[in-house]
Amino acid sequence: MKLTEHFQHGLNSPICLTWELTYACNLACVHCLSSSGRRDPRELSTGECKTVVDELRRMQVFYVNIGGGEPTVRDDFWELLDYAIAHDVGVKFSTNGIRLDPARARRLAATDYVDVQISLDGATAKINDAVRGPGSYDTALRALANLADAGFARPKISVVMTRHNVNQLDEFKAIAERYRAQLRITRLRPSGRGADVWDELHPLPEQQRQMYDWLVAHGDDVLTGDSFFHLSAYGSALPGLNLCGAGRVVCLIDPVGDVYACPFAIHQDFLAGNVRSPGGFEHVWRNSELFASLRRPQTGGACRSCGHYDSCQGGCMAAKFFTGLPLDGPDPECVRGFGERALSARPTDVLIPRSRVDHGRPAAPASRTGRRAPVPVSLTAPPPSRPRPACDENPLVGLTPR
Amino acid sequence: MVSTSPAFDPDLPYRRSPSVALRPEPFGALVYHFGTRALSFLKTPELVEVVRDLDRYPCARAAVEAAGLAPERRPAYLRALAGLLANGTIEPTRSDTARNDADTEERA
Repeated sequence: MKLTEHFQHGLNSPICLTWELTYACNLACVHCLSSSGRRDPRELSTGECKTVVDELRRMQVFYVNIGGGEPTVRDDFWELLDYAIAHDVGVKFSTNGIRLDPARARRLAATDYVDVQISLDGATAKINDAVRGPGSYDTALRALANLADAGFARPKISVVMTRHNVNQLDEFKAIAERYRAQLRITRLRPSGRGADVWDELHPLPEQQRQMYDWLVAHGDDVLTGDSFFHLSAYGSALPGLNLCGAGRVVCLIDPVGDVYACPFAIHQDFLAGNVRSPGGFEHVWRNSELFASLRRPQTGGACRSCGHYDSCQGGCMAAKFFTGLPLDGPDPECVRGFGERALSARPTDVLIPRSRVDHGRPAAPASRTGRRAPVPVSLTAPPPSRPRPACDENPLVGLTPR
Repeated sequence: MVSTSPAFDPDLPYRRSPSVALRPEPFGALVYHFGTRALSFLKTPELVEVVRDLDRYPCARAAVEAAGLAPERRPAYLRALAGLLANGTIEPTRSDTARNDADTEERA
């Protein structure tokens, strides 16, 4: 059996585990795949997080990708980072850079076994801030400058590809080189708030080809999180696993301890269990019904007869699910155009699933630091207003911008 | 990071790098190198056994022979070990230092 076939049957422990520590975020990116904003009062406590780390160590999960929300706004973030590293669980954390001041950058530079990934969705402030909010470009570049000044080796710059930034790929590469960073590009998913903007932001068919060609030319030094395997049908496979790892080699632990099949699938249908249950994360990973079903051979459905099925494997489960397409049919961005056809053939009354998990903030009031939270401009309808719950605290309280 | 590793010689002793952890998996084992943070895979249970027990044998060839492999499969395992040397999963055991570590005082 080939290695990838073993992967499809699932591993004893995940290879790529994403752990979102909080739903709180100082930004309100229009495409946030976890619909973050407010802290959830049920989020795992410091002690519970350490218990998860202990368990990951026992399961030999050698590193985790920590995200959020904005993970660094948790008061105990640095404590948890140190705890994980001290217990042989390496950390790569994704951040918008808000807490990476010069002193913190120096401390990180002195810490082994930690990777930092700064999110940046435009090579210019205009393109970036339209998606991530006013000021977020400057915040990200300031963090990168602080890391470079501190001598932090090779942070990552992580870019979600949209139709507005595909033409900036060379500029992203130049920014990465300027800050001695490594570029990582990933696919826009219609998950979380991304569902609201996917139609307007996902790369156009000719731009997909452009990305593929660019990756073939520059891919050796550019990370992708294996997220473009649906493009493999253009020709030779891109470097990476080239399979959907959901529940097989990949999963997500969310801030309240819920375990989902993948970071792009925060929805009841992909909820496998909770780390607070008896048996903890290990029990969920090894025994959940959902994961067992994902690890059974997939039929390929409508894609099975396509000559490219072996390379693209039908694409991304989450992308299909959140666009209302059947999971055993083509990816909405199928490079052969079957996805577009499937999208336009959806019945007008198709029920597009939406996650009940939403921590987005109601339309932004002035924050206590005097800055207004970012307001997406003309990209999406305003979220429905709701009463402000007790936990709606500004994650930036106590932080002096510098 | 292994940059200047000498060529693999099946008649010399090797050991699993202390920076490497092996995680048992249905296909064999997942290898994680804490220094380079690289993941790799040992694709058969026999190779896992060879790597795990490498330091119990006077040379790599003896470790492969002890793994109960049919003779025609052994060259492939020696080639695999050469690859594992190149990526830092295994490293030469310098028998002179290894044996004396315990009772040799370091002098600057």
